[in-house]
Amino acid sequence: MTATYALQTRNLVKRFGGFVATSDVTLNIASGARHALIGPNGAGKTTLINLLTGFLEPTSGTVILKDAEVTRLSQHQRVKRGLARTFQINRLFAEMSVLESVTLAVCERRGIGARWWNPVGSHVEAIDEAAALLQQLRLIDVAYHQTKSLAYGKQRLIEIALALAAKPSVLLLDEPAAGVPTSESRELFETIAQLPRDVTILLIEHDMDLVFRFADRISVLVSGSLVAEDTPQLIAKDKRVKEVYLGEALDG
Amino acid sequence: MAPHSIPGFDPSPMRNAAHWRRSEYVFWLLPIAAFFAFDEQLTLLSQIAITALFTLSLDLILGYAGIVSLGHAAFFGIGAYAAGLMATNGWGDPLLGLLVAGLVAAASGFVTSFLVLRGADLTRLMVTLGVSLMLFEAANKLTHITGGVDGLQGIEMKPIFGHFSFDLQGKTAYIYSMVVLFLLFWIARRVVNSPFGLSLRGIRLNVQRMPALGAPVNARLVGIYTMGAAYAGIAGALLTQTTQFVSIDVLNFSRSAELLLILVLGGTGSLYGALLGTAVFMTAHHLLSGINPQYWQFWLGLLLVLVVLFARDGVMGGLGAIGKRLPGAAI
Repeated sequence: MTATYALQTRNLVKRFGGFVATSDVTLNIASGARHALIGPNGAGKTTLINLLTGFLEPTSGTVILKDAEVTRLSQHQRVKRGLARTFQINRLFAEMSVLESVTLAVCERRGIGARWWNPVGSHVEAIDEAAALLQQLRLIDVAYHQTKSLAYGKQRLIEIALALAAKPSVLLLDEPAAGVPTSESRELFETIAQLPRDVTILLIEHDMDLVFRFADRISVLVSGSLVAEDTPQLIAKDKRVKEVYLGEALDG
Repeated sequence: MAPHSIPGFDPSPMRNAAHWRRSEYVFWLLPIAAFFAFDEQLTLLSQIAITALFTLSLDLILGYAGIVSLGHAAFFGIGAYAAGLMATNGWGDPLLGLLVAGLVAAASGFVTSFLVLRGADLTRLMVTLGVSLMLFEAANKLTHITGGVDGLQGIEMKPIFGHFSFDLQGKTAYIYSMVVLFLLFWIARRVVNSPFGLSLRGIRLNVQRMPALGAPVNARLVGIYTMGAAYAGIAGALLTQTTQFVSIDVLNFSRSAELLLILVLGGTGSLYGALLGTAVFMTAHHLLSGINPQYWQFWLGLLLVLVVLFARDGVMGGLGAIGKRLPGAAI
């Protein structure tokens, strides 16, 4: 039997000195879900992602990936177990070509990243796989362009390509459309929506239109705590959620 | 052929990226030409080959993996003393000496890598500097082993393969150094073009992304640091064997600093930059110090400032810029 939940946390806490960034978060993300995590600025969404991926170590609590506890595993070990992420601010290889970057990621997933004798070019399957991924994300035309020479929207797609190269079973998208013009962000989300259903997706996003169209489940994080979790229809009607967002709108 | 080809996409530039280019073949003809053209200067040419290997070793860790070091002479010195002590203790076979020197330096690199990789750039500079200072003073103190400031004397090398003995004109020394340089260059070229080499570039360009791709960053860095140390050790051993003497200067801080300077001059992150930088630096050193033995470093300083300010990628960057303007030329 496959795991009901792809990714879970139990009573996850992260303190930075006296500041509680993540407060007793118990989150259950069903296998194959399109799960969104929303919340006002500073709610601790990225901190939570960092705890899930192992970039940060929690003060207490556990992270469970497909029924196995991974709280003490390092980032790269979690990636090997199928947990990949994108970054809110691009973390790309500016001076590599797009194809080189993605081939690098594919080599790591295939476990050939430490091979030191035969050239990258001789690992034909890895290059073909990277090229196929670029085609899927409509990046194939710029395969030989240097990453830093591309428009921001294209760079956001490379972010996703690098994460997908890990063939994740759980994909964490940290504001994938951040900084992308509206016209391009629709296209970006079409690409995300086309990902196979067996990939579980946890999405952090500010654009509520996108969230409500994309997600089948939404969790709301406020000041480090989960205040609500439900279907988009019910979340839209939730009083507490309205308060949070109306409050923020009035403040800002 | 690929199982499925993508219309409009040609994978061959990526597949053939590591093929030898015509300019590279031409480049490797130069040392052969130099052997005949400058047969009065073979000692200088051997020194250039040895220093080029040493620069290459720093390029592997700094230019490719982004690990800064101010103490790389530590491994050069370890290799130099290892080869010297082998010879003074009756194991005068040059190739065996190179092998042992490489292994001893690699082991030292492996052990110290865990200290070096703990911190960020400034920490790394200080740790590498600190380790090399300690080694220098240890060699200074252990006079019964190293000869201290008098140097290690009484080194007698056997002929290479039991056949080619070191001659006074330095022919054997030059060919020997150059062949070792070429072989190790060839290996380094394979390594930097491999998936491992690509992952090192990834680490240098964005170290925080690499774990998110599933790459164990520290293991990779330990690997290249160990390899860089081995190369430096072999360079040190070559110096010992071709000069039949070990001066305590092999461990000197100024050697590490000069090495960094040569690499920046040549261009980091390109193997040929390391080789060309060394050739340019040592030739300039030779000519400038001939003109004015007291103040030649003034011109060196000026050159360095100009390169760093106006030609960021050194000699290789400059050649690349020229190459782009010449149609059909590839560097």
